Amino acid sequence: MTEKEALFEYCLRLGDSSLILGHRLSEWCGHGPILEEDIALINIALDYVGRATSILKYAGEVENKGRTEDDLAYQRNERHFRNLLITEQPNGDYAQTIVRQFLFDTYSFLLYTELGKSKDQTLAGIAEKSLKEITYHLRHSSQWMLRLGDGTEESHQRCQQALDNLWRFTNELFETDEVEQLLIQAQIAPDMSELKTKWLNHVQEIIQEATLKTPETTFTNSGSRQGKHTEHLGFLLAEMQHLSRSFPNCTW
Amino acid sequence: MNNNIDTQWPLWEVFIQANPGISHKHVGNIHAADAEMAIQNARDVYTRRSEGISIWVVPSNSISASSPEDIGSFFEPANDKPYRHPTFYKIPEGVKHL
Repeated sequence: MTEKEALFEYCLRLGDSSLILGHRLSEWCGHGPILEEDIALINIALDYVGRATSILKYAGEVENKGRTEDDLAYQRNERHFRNLLITEQPNGDYAQTIVRQFLFDTYSFLLYTELGKSKDQTLAGIAEKSLKEITYHLRHSSQWMLRLGDGTEESHQRCQQALDNLWRFTNELFETDEVEQLLIQAQIAPDMSELKTKWLNHVQEIIQEATLKTPETTFTNSGSRQGKHTEHLGFLLAEMQHLSRSFPNCTW
Repeated sequence: MNNNIDTQWPLWEVFIQANPGISHKHVGNIHAADAEMAIQNARDVYTRRSEGISIWVVPSNSISASSPEDIGSFFEPANDKPYRHPTFYKIPEGVKHL
C-alpha cells in the first residue's frame, strides 16, 4: 500500500464518520424536544456535514480518479463506507443521542487536536478549523450529560441505558491497522491507541459527576475499517442517497 | 390538567454585542433551565449568522419595566421643553467627537 492509498483510506474514514453522524443529527430537524435543542442539533449537524464536505473533497483529490465529494457521499454502497460504527447508531431517545454525541465529541476533541499537528497541510488546516466547533460540541454534550444523568429518575435511567447500549462501540475508536500505522510513521495521522486512557479519564469524570455508572461490558463491535457495518447503515444510506440516485446528475 | 406555563423552562431575554465597544442589543428570548444552558441556547438560536461576539442572558423576571399607563406622566412632559435639548449650542470649529 502506498502512502497516497493509505491517505485516501484515512480521509474516507474521517469524512464518512462526519457525514454519517451529520445525517443522523439532521434527522432531529423538526423533532427536537424543545425549539432551542432542535436548532442546536441542526447547527451541529451542519458543522458535521461541512466538515465531511472538506474532507471528502480532499479524499477525491488524493485518489485522483475524478471523484468529487458528492460522488463519494452519494454513489458508494455500505461496504465502501468507512464511518465508525457508533456514528450510524440510531438517534433513539434524546439521552441516546446525547450519550452518542458525548462519547464521540470527547474522541473527536482528542483526535483533531492531534491532527492539527499533521505533516499534511490540508488535514492540519481542516483540523484546526474543526477544533473550534468540536470544542462547542463537547461543551454542549457534556453539559447535557450532567443534566440528564443528575436529573430526574427517568432521565437518569434513560441516560444509563444509552451508555450501556453504546459502550460496545467505543473500543473501535482507538483501534489501529496497517493504513493508520503507515500514516502514523509519516506523521500524518495521530496514534489514537495512545489516547484511549485520556479519553477514558475524561469520559469517566463526566459519568461520575452525572451520577452514572461506567458500563462493564467487555463486548466490542468493530469492522468499519473493512467496510463491515451494523444493520443500520443500509437504511440510513437508502434515505440519504435516495434523491441523488433517483435523479442522477441532478443540480440545484 | 397541566398549566402550560408551569411546564416551560424559565424565560431569558437575550442581548448580543455585534462588535467590541458597541452596546449589546436585545434580539429576543429563549427558554432554559439554568444560566449555562441559557447562554448555549442563545448562542444556538441567535448567533447562526455571525451576529456578534458577546452574549448576555437575563432572566425575564429580573427585568422591571414601566407600564403603558406611565407614558403620560413619565415621557410626555419632556415634549414641550426644547430648552432641555442641546440644539441651541453651536459646536466650535475643529472640535471632534462631541
